[in-house]
Amino acid sequence: MTLFTQRLRFIPWLPVYVAVYFLFLYLPILLLPVFSFNNAATTTFPLAGFTTKWYGTLAGNSVMMEAAWNSLIVGISVSLLSTILGICAARAITRYRFRGQRAATGFIMAPLFLPEIIVAVSLLMIVLAMGVELSLFTVILGQTVFCVPYAMSVLVSGFEGFDRSLEEASYDLGETAIGTFRRVTLPVVAPAIVSSLLVTFTISLDEFILAFFLSGTEPTLPVYIWGQLRFAAKLPGVLALGTIMLVASILMLTLAEILRRRTERRTQMAHMLP
Amino acid sequence: MSDRAMIQIEKVSKFYGIYMALDDVSLSIGEGEFFSLLGPSGCGKTTLLRSIAGFETPTAGEIYIDGVPSLALPPNKRPTNMVFQSYAIFPHLDVAENVAYGLKRLKLSPEEEKKRVGDALDMVRLSGLGQRKAHELSGGQRQRVALARALVMRPKVLLLDEPLSALDKKLREEMQVELRTLQKAVGITFILVTHDQYEALALSDRIAVMFGGRIAQIASPKEIYQRPRTRKVADFLGGMNFLNAKVLGEQANAVSVDAARFGAVNLVKPQGFAAASGHVTVGIRPERLRLLWDDDRAPHELTGRIENRAYFGEVTHLTVGIDGLEQPLSMVETNNFGADDLPVGAEIRLAYDPDAFVLLAEDPPVSRV
Amino acid sequence: MTAAAFGAVAETPSPPRRRAWMRSEEARGLAMVSPTFLYALALLFLPVLIVIAYSFWTQNYLDIDRTFTLENYRQALTEPIYRDLFVRSLWISLTVSIVTVVFSYPVAWFISFHGGVHKNLWLFLVTVPCWTSYLLRVMSWKIILGYGGVMNTGLISMGLIDKPVTSLLYNSNAVVITLVHSWAAFAILPIYVSLQKVDRTLIEAARDLGDSRVRAFFRVTLPLSLPGVISAFLIVMIPTVGDYVTPRLVGGKDGVMIATAIQAQFGKGANWPLGAALSVTTMILVSLAAAAVVLALKFTVRRIK
Repeated sequence: MTLFTQRLRFIPWLPVYVAVYFLFLYLPILLLPVFSFNNAATTTFPLAGFTTKWYGTLAGNSVMMEAAWNSLIVGISVSLLSTILGICAARAITRYRFRGQRAATGFIMAPLFLPEIIVAVSLLMIVLAMGVELSLFTVILGQTVFCVPYAMSVLVSGFEGFDRSLEEASYDLGETAIGTFRRVTLPVVAPAIVSSLLVTFTISLDEFILAFFLSGTEPTLPVYIWGQLRFAAKLPGVLALGTIMLVASILMLTLAEILRRRTERRTQMAHMLP
Repeated sequence: MSDRAMIQIEKVSKFYGIYMALDDVSLSIGEGEFFSLLGPSGCGKTTLLRSIAGFETPTAGEIYIDGVPSLALPPNKRPTNMVFQSYAIFPHLDVAENVAYGLKRLKLSPEEEKKRVGDALDMVRLSGLGQRKAHELSGGQRQRVALARALVMRPKVLLLDEPLSALDKKLREEMQVELRTLQKAVGITFILVTHDQYEALALSDRIAVMFGGRIAQIASPKEIYQRPRTRKVADFLGGMNFLNAKVLGEQANAVSVDAARFGAVNLVKPQGFAAASGHVTVGIRPERLRLLWDDDRAPHELTGRIENRAYFGEVTHLTVGIDGLEQPLSMVETNNFGADDLPVGAEIRLAYDPDAFVLLAEDPPVSRV
Repeated sequence: MTAAAFGAVAETPSPPRRRAWMRSEEARGLAMVSPTFLYALALLFLPVLIVIAYSFWTQNYLDIDRTFTLENYRQALTEPIYRDLFVRSLWISLTVSIVTVVFSYPVAWFISFHGGVHKNLWLFLVTVPCWTSYLLRVMSWKIILGYGGVMNTGLISMGLIDKPVTSLLYNSNAVVITLVHSWAAFAILPIYVSLQKVDRTLIEAARDLGDSRVRAFFRVTLPLSLPGVISAFLIVMIPTVGDYVTPRLVGGKDGVMIATAIQAQFGKGANWPLGAALSVTTMILVSLAAAAVVLALKFTVRRIK
């Protein structure tokens, strides 16, 4: 008995727990690809053999293709818009000190702390109250509100380590404010900006509620998928589509992370002491 | 080095809210001079340097650079260049691109630009490293890049903000020699900000010691070390034995005082001297006291007892108690003759030179708005 | 509120000092932040104001009657169907936030204290599942928990059960599990950040002064990481109360939450004022609940001496 309890103590409980936790995190997203290659219309074990036919059905699906196109337009617009707004805000809070800074930051970050449905409903109301037709444009406006906090987080972490003396050195060497921004600030933080573009694009690509409320007759991919979920027979096709989106998201996020870290290294190195 | 003033600072003050970083500072720095601003952190030396560069705007006063009132000019329009404490090497550019950064605005021909970059890199002994990225450089190399990048602009004044503080001791000493040589070679005004008194002493033509936003003294290294004006300046520049002395008499250029066991001493009278109460503070540097061995004789001797001993390799610091003195004396002996073997408690004799005493003025009270 | 304070700040400088102020750091900071701020003002603050306004109006057959009324709130608070939905939504979001924070804390602790040089990689691995499609993740849980799903077939093949368990899907438990999964990273990140800020020597000092590992954790680490725990709570609890997708997909009849009712008022039901009142009530209730949780947490931690 004592031997047993002694053994118990030697089990590294925390790493085991963390492993189980990660299994819990990853199990669901790993199942999608598994069933998307399964040669059966139902999603049960045991697997019925390998097939790529579900992916084949996607290619000829013009409605889905249109939704994908819509998602692309929305994703690109949202990522550009929210990154530009994120740059302004991140620059303001990392470079300057001003009264109301915390309040302004909290306000901009607020969408993170709100139920998405309420953001969606309120946007829907203001858009319709102003007589604007629901379209991809309204989706872009709405998703941008939602994406700015994420853009800002990514950009702040990139801007934070930025050594102010780099800009001062540039002025000192005769460069103007605009020239300094173009020749020093932008290149140094460029990876963070690209990282923000990728992250916000991914969020926009996967975002459902706002698109659901604001897209009118032009569905994005998640809205399209939502419509398909009612039909059990279409599930494998949706899984195939989901797998493609999943892979795209993971690739973009990985790239974003690599770039974010590159900025961090750069900016930290600039004032790293030997 | 000529007498022409390159930098003229007139009644410059700087407030941060209610905090006074610079308090009515006036000084003049000559063409080709190596000038140091020395003081503890927060004394205003960096603020003053950054005001010359244009990164801080003084609240009052004017700064003339080569005769031009410059406060209204932004940093990029001033004929000054700066070596930053962090070096601020652009991380996305290689060494040559860093050095060429400011030249790009001058629209030189590619050959001319290349030549100037090459010359600048030669000057700081970095030839051949032009293609290196910033993160591939050592601390000393970064420092050289920062120097080359500033000097390539051919500024009238080079500003150095604690440029050696990030280097380790050995490298720092090497760079000090190099910096001095470089300044002699290019012949322009260097203004160095440092909190390291040895660095200031070793490098400068003149030093301004600053406390609390004010200049306490401006003088050559030798004078500022040997003839500090106030107790604080004396203390900041090195060890000093302070004594309370009674004024015996006053002449035009001299004051004679009774320096306790040291007897009557004649001192150089500082400008504007006025003994408030007939008592003054006088000081003598530890190295001006000398141990006397067996048969050594000196015109001025004292006997005492070793209270403490600290071994520093090349020297030994001794604390010597003397009857009739409130404070024990500090002294520094080179370890040639066995000072490091003297036991605590040993009776010793020491010699002093009455001319080595210096009369110290009262420090002005620290003013903070 | 925030907007008013912000506006007042911008007005502060008096005319003679205006030029100096314009060049100042403060002016530049405000100018820089203003595009983003104005965007959020126009598309977040203003819409919320409109929702609040609508909640006091009445839907007539096709148009809106703009006379002030509390009728919508009366309906929202007294009709049993909405009351049940509120209670369930709050209960689920409270459960989800507690479960998420409790289960995530050790992971955040592990990354912060044992993550070594790969902390960033760990954090990245935590966030990846979170940033992939929400809809797909929920769907995946449906596959796992379903009648012929992964869980049931797995348990049968291990011989633990004879026939599939039906109680896994379509109830509030399924909603809780799915939401906990969705919000894991949102809990781990703030806790991790606050744990990173804990000065390690403080823990060593506690150990040096005689605390066991566990006691040092409860007396030093936990109280110092409380800000992270609180923001983790808020960032999970408030958004989950209005979750729409999860209850619809895995909640079944017993797992319906308030978002479904809100959505219905903007769809077929078409009673915007009622929908607005439901939204506002949801926000108020969840804010109160969150405040209560935060106070309880602070109180509990303060009790540890």
